[in-house]
Amino acid sequence: MSRDDYEVVIGLEVHAELSTKTKIFCSCPTEFGAAPNTHTCPICMAMPGTLPVLNEKVVEYAVKAGLATNCNIARESKNDRKNYYYPDLPKSYQISQFDKPLCEHGYVEIDTKNGKKKIRITRIHIEEDAGKLNHDEFGGGSLVDLNRAGVPLIETVSEPDMSSSEEVESYLRKLKSIFEYIEVSDCKMQEGSLRADVNVSVRKKGDTKLGTRTEMKNMNSFRSIVRAIEYEVDRQIDVIEDGGTIEQETLRWDDVSGKTFSMRDKEDAQDYRYFPDPDLVAIKLSEEYIENIKNSLPELPESRKQRYLEEYKLSEKDANLITSSKYLSDLFENSIKVCNNPKAVNNWIISDISRILNETEMDPIEIPFDSEQLGKLIILIDKGTISSSIGKKVLTELFENPRDPEIIIKEKGWIQISDEGAIKEVVLKILEQNPQSIADYKGGKDKALGFLVGQAMKETKGKANPQMLNKMFLEELNKI
Amino acid sequence: MEVTELTVHELQEKIKNKELTITQITNSYIERIKEKEKDVQAFVTVIDNDAKKQASELEEKATKGEIKGEYIGIPIGIKDNICTKGIKTTCSSKMLENFISPYDATVMEKINQENMINLGKLNMDEFAMGGSTEYSYFKKTRNPWNLNKVPGGSSGGSAAAVAANMVPWALGSDTGGSIREPASFCGVVGLKPTYGLVSRYGVVAFASSLDQIGPITKDVTDSAMLLNIIAGHDEKDTTSSNREKVDYTKCLKNDVKGLKIGVPKEFFGEGINQEVKEALENAIETYKKLGAEIEEFSLDIAKYSLASYYIIACAEASSNLGRFDGIRYGYRTPEFSNLKELYKKSRSEGFGAEVKRRIILGTYVLSSGYYDAYYKKAQQVRTLVINEFNKGFEKYDIILTPTSPTVAFDIGSKSSNPLEMYLADICTVSVNIAGLPGISIPCGIDKQGMPIGMQLIGNRFCEEKILNAAYTFEQEIKFREKYKPEFK
Amino acid sequence: MEVSKEEILHIAKLADLEIEEKEIEDYIINLEEILNFANIVNNAPVEELDITVGSKEEVNVFRKDEIKIFKDNKSLLQNAPSQDQNMFKIPKVIQ
Repeated sequence: MSRDDYEVVIGLEVHAELSTKTKIFCSCPTEFGAAPNTHTCPICMAMPGTLPVLNEKVVEYAVKAGLATNCNIARESKNDRKNYYYPDLPKSYQISQFDKPLCEHGYVEIDTKNGKKKIRITRIHIEEDAGKLNHDEFGGGSLVDLNRAGVPLIETVSEPDMSSSEEVESYLRKLKSIFEYIEVSDCKMQEGSLRADVNVSVRKKGDTKLGTRTEMKNMNSFRSIVRAIEYEVDRQIDVIEDGGTIEQETLRWDDVSGKTFSMRDKEDAQDYRYFPDPDLVAIKLSEEYIENIKNSLPELPESRKQRYLEEYKLSEKDANLITSSKYLSDLFENSIKVCNNPKAVNNWIISDISRILNETEMDPIEIPFDSEQLGKLIILIDKGTISSSIGKKVLTELFENPRDPEIIIKEKGWIQISDEGAIKEVVLKILEQNPQSIADYKGGKDKALGFLVGQAMKETKGKANPQMLNKMFLEELNKI
Repeated sequence: MEVTELTVHELQEKIKNKELTITQITNSYIERIKEKEKDVQAFVTVIDNDAKKQASELEEKATKGEIKGEYIGIPIGIKDNICTKGIKTTCSSKMLENFISPYDATVMEKINQENMINLGKLNMDEFAMGGSTEYSYFKKTRNPWNLNKVPGGSSGGSAAAVAANMVPWALGSDTGGSIREPASFCGVVGLKPTYGLVSRYGVVAFASSLDQIGPITKDVTDSAMLLNIIAGHDEKDTTSSNREKVDYTKCLKNDVKGLKIGVPKEFFGEGINQEVKEALENAIETYKKLGAEIEEFSLDIAKYSLASYYIIACAEASSNLGRFDGIRYGYRTPEFSNLKELYKKSRSEGFGAEVKRRIILGTYVLSSGYYDAYYKKAQQVRTLVINEFNKGFEKYDIILTPTSPTVAFDIGSKSSNPLEMYLADICTVSVNIAGLPGISIPCGIDKQGMPIGMQLIGNRFCEEKILNAAYTFEQEIKFREKYKPEFK
Repeated sequence: MEVSKEEILHIAKLADLEIEEKEIEDYIINLEEILNFANIVNNAPVEELDITVGSKEEVNVFRKDEIKIFKDNKSLLQNAPSQDQNMFKIPKVIQ
């Protein structure tokens, strides 16, 4: 049988770090990148005798996430302990939620090649992140840094509703954009603040029973997720085709070799011995509390998209791309406020900016310049101060060392030459140097004009106003 | 009378009248500890020189009027599972033999705010698991009334130190009777407050839903005073109650006329020592004489409570004690070849047998397949126990029982049989299971001269009622004037 | 309640404890005895009763999302059996 005879079934568990100022159960900062163990206290270090106190924002953010993904919000919820030993888990239990998560039974809609599809969300619950293990290059051991221990997470568990890596990517992008819009997580994948456990199984088309699934843990780039799924699906089909059976196991995706590997120490099934955490009291949410959060939700991507289609006449494709990220969408709207040229802003975002993001694998949130700077760049082009090809150079500069575009072009000497006298001087010089081109032009070869303009641009290092050059060349050629 | 025989309220009086100074008091206690510690073995850590220095500093500041307060320079002893910054907190375990807490427990902050003097950390059963203080890694504390007998546990060091006048009062912790039982065995007053009245922040957790810190004192007035100091809401402990503060000394009225006392007959049945029973019956007669209304009733929960107690306490302990893994603090095995071995050996060598037994039991009842039959059932029993007590408190102001079915037993006589040791908690655990306040006060001695304890149980946050009833009884029988420990 | 040797070893593994061969029998006897006693809970009249976890009085006790830095950072590592570069040192973990 071929690959087409199989159906792929994928479910996701997505962990998003919440963008609260402090950890979930203590007042330590959550900020990324601090020196080892400097964002710690007796509580997140699990010193004997310490107790957790739940951060109110964590509940609020989880409820927001639930409402934005069409979940039912639990009126009564609680925290449970998940017991297991690992050196990055200082209490030897993770405070999570077991049978009463804050949010249940939601869904998000994604676009697929066959139209819209609902991906059901089983639950969203709150829990704490673990610390980090660093490998000691010289000492041959590992080193435990607990700065991340206790950073709040929401885990969003989907139903196994996805059937391809494209759908997974689409779902993940959707979830990411929703969390960004409602500002519960900055979803920086490179810093690990959005990561997914991917459950994959295959079955022959027509089978009603699900196949055995494997789980790939802690994936944090779209590219790896797509590659890993493709690989794992092929692997599973190969195993079945060869008459083998799939083992339920946890796998590790290795980006370098492009393969999945079975993780060690899984010979026993885990028994997490969940039980309600007696150190924390029940969470009871009132209708009023939920209603207030509902009313405070900002405009979601779907609604922004509709607005862009109507207000700015964007194409469906462009609107999708821009609204896929809150940061892009905000950049779009705020730049328009500066330059009042929606079409130009749209073009810059969907072409040059997106290209650079793709090339550098940068997340929109990491764009170093702001809407003020992009807007000014567009104004400079619109006013003719710089050409659009200089504009591209300015954009590169904005990515590398963002500052006021006007300052950039002054520093770099990129201001367009629009002075008639100066342009004429260049035109005459080029004509003098290229008699053959004049002859070609006169002989009916229009291409020669382009060549001449190009030479003039070269001469002026791209600074000459191209429209003026064109006009002036035509005038002078006609005189000859 | 010796300085160290005085209660704290008597010491306060002497300081006020300038008959005693802070340094005199501290020095007297340090002398007393030096004299008696070899017999009693109550301390894991004695703070002598620092305490003397602190006393003279406090005395100077107090004389100059720089600090004010009722408790300046009053010494205290602290059970060694309450975290003290800069001073070892060992839980009487090899695991924490050299552990120095980076922070003070909330109750310690309160003690320090009052400018009291910590004389040392008191011995206990390892991680508060036990009822005789024989399970301490360091030493076996002896009962000052008879040095061959246990002081009770797990706060055995605290109760013995108070009974032996080595500290004027002490803090203990009570998960299933660990304040009340040793208080009963040592002839002193031990109060387990309502769950949530005193912050648990900084007491090394045994069973989080049951643990409470409480006072062990020479008399009921001191108990009320120490409760005043340690009670109150703490934002670091979400289970701590946000109720308004009460002055517990104000309720000591020496009057129980019309007080309705329920006596659950099941607590006087099978397994209770005859002399204990008689002493309790005499106590009931005393209350009648004082004008209280006594009624016998049925409260058939003791065995269910005890069974559910051991399930819940061990389940929680198995999780709470997971953090002792030899990585961030505590004992680390000297020989290991990988991480798994480091964990297993450090834990197996660092914990004593009883602690390991309870971790195994707790892990078992939470493990897949047994959760519903044990842990969940036990939590339902808990609801049952609460409901039954609620019914009792609809009719009675307080409930009276023995604290323990027996007096203090011989050292070594029970420590080899865990279940027998557990059964000794039969009268006290239901109070923890229901989160109620309970006080143990001495109500007599047996023929061998060992103290007998009476337990008074109140409804949630009704400490005032049991304190007044205990106080009134104490004023009537004058136990401390009649009997003293003899260090036999 | 009967507890098998395999069960004790499995439980010990979950609890990260090492039980020596000669201790196994003792653990089994103790555990069986205590479980038999604890089994009383299964005779308690608790049908349809909710569970009680701990404090029933307090609900919704939260903290404000405000940063407080623990000042005595050094003291957090003072008890570490082995440390390096302000981190806890452990044997190499193979992932």
